[in-house]
Amino acid sequence: MSENKAITGAAPGISKQHMGLKASRTLANTLIHILLVVISVIWLIPFICILLQSFRVESTWQVGYVVPQKWGFDNYTRLLSTDFPRWYLNTFIAALFTALFQTIIVLCMSYTLSRFRFKMRQGLMRFMLILGMFPGMLTMIILYRVLKDLGMTQSNAVPGLILVYIASSGMGYYVSKGFFDTIPKSLDEAARVDGATRFQVLMKIILPLSKPIVIYTVLTAFMGPWGDFVFARYISFGASAGKNVAVGLYDWLSKDQINQSYTMFCAGGVLVALPVTILFMCLQKYYVEGVTGGAVKG
Amino acid sequence: MTTKVTQERQGSFSALKCILTVLGVILLGCLVCLLVGGLLAGLKTSAVAITVVMYVLGLLLLPFVITIIVRWRTLYATYQDRDSLATLRLGKWMKLNFKLVKLVMGIPGFLKELGLKIWHAIKAAGIGFARECRDTVTTFVNGDWKTKLSFLVMGFGCLARGQILRGILFLLFEIVFIGYMVLTGAYWLSMLPSLGKVGPQEVYNEIWDTYTTTYNDNSFKILLYGVLTIFFIIAFIYTWRVNVKQNRMAEQILASGKKLRSGKEDLRSLVDDQFHKTLLALPLTGILVFTVMPIVFMVLVAFTNYDGAHDGYASNLFTWVGLTNFNTMLTWQAGGGTQSYAATFGEVLTWTLIWAFFATFTNYFLGMFVAMAINKKGIKLKKLWRTVLVLTIAIPQFISLLYVSKMFAKDGILNGFLLSMGWIKQALPFWEDPVWARITVVIINIWIGIPYLMLITTGILMNIPADLYESARIDGANAWQQYSRITLPYMLFVTGPYLLTSFTGNMNNFNVIYLLTGGAPTNAAASSASGSVGYTDLLITWLFKITQGADSKYYLASVVGILVFVVVALISLIVYNVLPSIKNEEDFQ
Repeated sequence: MSENKAITGAAPGISKQHMGLKASRTLANTLIHILLVVISVIWLIPFICILLQSFRVESTWQVGYVVPQKWGFDNYTRLLSTDFPRWYLNTFIAALFTALFQTIIVLCMSYTLSRFRFKMRQGLMRFMLILGMFPGMLTMIILYRVLKDLGMTQSNAVPGLILVYIASSGMGYYVSKGFFDTIPKSLDEAARVDGATRFQVLMKIILPLSKPIVIYTVLTAFMGPWGDFVFARYISFGASAGKNVAVGLYDWLSKDQINQSYTMFCAGGVLVALPVTILFMCLQKYYVEGVTGGAVKG
Repeated sequence: MTTKVTQERQGSFSALKCILTVLGVILLGCLVCLLVGGLLAGLKTSAVAITVVMYVLGLLLLPFVITIIVRWRTLYATYQDRDSLATLRLGKWMKLNFKLVKLVMGIPGFLKELGLKIWHAIKAAGIGFARECRDTVTTFVNGDWKTKLSFLVMGFGCLARGQILRGILFLLFEIVFIGYMVLTGAYWLSMLPSLGKVGPQEVYNEIWDTYTTTYNDNSFKILLYGVLTIFFIIAFIYTWRVNVKQNRMAEQILASGKKLRSGKEDLRSLVDDQFHKTLLALPLTGILVFTVMPIVFMVLVAFTNYDGAHDGYASNLFTWVGLTNFNTMLTWQAGGGTQSYAATFGEVLTWTLIWAFFATFTNYFLGMFVAMAINKKGIKLKKLWRTVLVLTIAIPQFISLLYVSKMFAKDGILNGFLLSMGWIKQALPFWEDPVWARITVVIINIWIGIPYLMLITTGILMNIPADLYESARIDGANAWQQYSRITLPYMLFVTGPYLLTSFTGNMNNFNVIYLLTGGAPTNAAASSASGSVGYTDLLITWLFKITQGADSKYYLASVVGILVFVVVALISLIVYNVLPSIKNEEDFQ
């Protein structure tokens, strides 16, 4: 404080002003802390509720309170006797294959668009922009018919779904392209001067540097099928063995099933959320990097 | 002292002028609407009275609007030459006034630019096409016998000149194409104009002594394979053209004394300078087959009468009906409900736009606010707050949405809690009342969207150089000024395109609306082909509902889909053209 007076050479009034500023700043910070606590609570409430409700055994329909009166694992064991394990497996397989192939396709697409300058590049990007303006739902009907002819619908929906997911995934290249744009071209040039083919440049130089974006792409590709509702519902139309978890759980909440299945829905929801959330939190760093880096520039 | 007084009076005077300008804009808008509406109504001759009324009103407004426009032109002319300096000296209200006038005066110029761009694009396409034709002819005339023969037998030129691999590929393609056309292609093409002649028939079967249905033509397959055949033909023409070009290039290379690429060199180039072709082959094929083709197909369906009762095979054939479906969607006659399709469409479109606007911008600003709050100096446990929010992204959205929708139900947890605390007497109608439902949907979308926006904004906020804030603080700017002059323009500049994609994405945000409300509460008066339209339905959920149900009118769904595309394209076009001009004007450094 005395140093302050020495530096500013000020009268006592100024230091009081300084103290007032500091107090108001602490007040603001406290308020913001309280706000953040409130926000965190509000954001987490639904998930806490689902978790609690999944342990409720005294009733299976929707009630107006949160904390169960009787706790137990009934809902989880009941899950095993329905088609839920089959749905889970379906979704898991779909997610696995989608993660693998979608990553390959998206990386091919974004690497090409970032690194190569060919005649149709601008036209291609604009074309895909316009293509993206059509509502995705339009393609559903005809894809269903085509897949039906190929035998990949209803009970056999999983291969059909995988095909649909990965086939058009090339259109989602923005984030990855943004990332590749940040890798300096001089690396490419140096390698090519040394005689490497473009293929070798990709494999030996660019890919090792792209770990964050590869992990980001794999993560988002893996998480996609877990949450897809419309396509899965349309393609597995009617057949319970072909549904994925989203469709199955949605049907449990329909008017005729909700009274028996509400708590099962909660249990199912917890089981679905758990692996995805854990995977996500482990790879959180890469996701955040991908979103903040590529999503905005792309 | 006197200058201050006159300045103040000028200030309030300018505020008045500003308000007058806004009124003028509104009047101008009304005039345009009246004229256009009158024109449209006039096209439907049954509404003569409306046309007359609209035009009369328009004529009455005309003198006012003309005076206003004249005033604007003088204002614009006065300040346009001495642009930056003079406008900088204007007071706050006069500056706003000027900006508004500039925006409105810029519209004719903008439209003219747009028209010119489209015209140039068409001209370029025409010139390109003519050039290709001319090129082909000169290649034929000037080429040697190998080239001339290649016109008929694709790949001959390559084979004859030693490029075995290329030659074989071309030849193979031609054989496959001709084989396809002869075997099935010609059939599909011939049936395309009629989409099938013989539908399902009841035939008397003697063995079983009953009538059985025999299925004959299949309109769906005809349309599908017909479109595929047309694509194939286009691909063939393109490949044939490449074949011709190859011949000409080969002749030129040989004439200049160089060697042609052998097959091995071709293969090697596929992993080197032609690597992009290798990389793009698979993704582009996937997109072509699974996105482009279905979209083309569905656009064509909008011109047929394909629905549940005419599914092209089992129930009935479907045929081309031209623009009838568009007429049905955009007429003022009732169909299904007590409202016309056009009115329903207008209502759903309005709500879609309002929803997209609120969903995008509430998330944007609130997310930015939360990110700034967490980022502020002196806040502890930054990572904890961010992790909690990121956690909500990790959990699959459908679970959150489905559960939260049940939470807000009449017998749900929230109502139960409020009732048990005695704060309300009966359950709040979150999903039953239209206005409540709409507001609740927006609020829940905020809950979903803020974590993403927080992540994005945090990344950008950390990039803003801190000394900008320092210098602002030294100059005496308070927190709000710092925000509006430094943070906000920077953010808007960087995330401009993201906002646009977010807006159009929200317009087509199926999951949030369908899983939360399913479109409820139902709008009893609205027309719909099947099921019912609700107050929270977006265009895209309406589209989905139309395709469900026994009477699924796919053609209507296609029409809605096309209209959605038109709206999204229009908005994107306008914003993309306004954005760069803002970027140039705004000096955000």
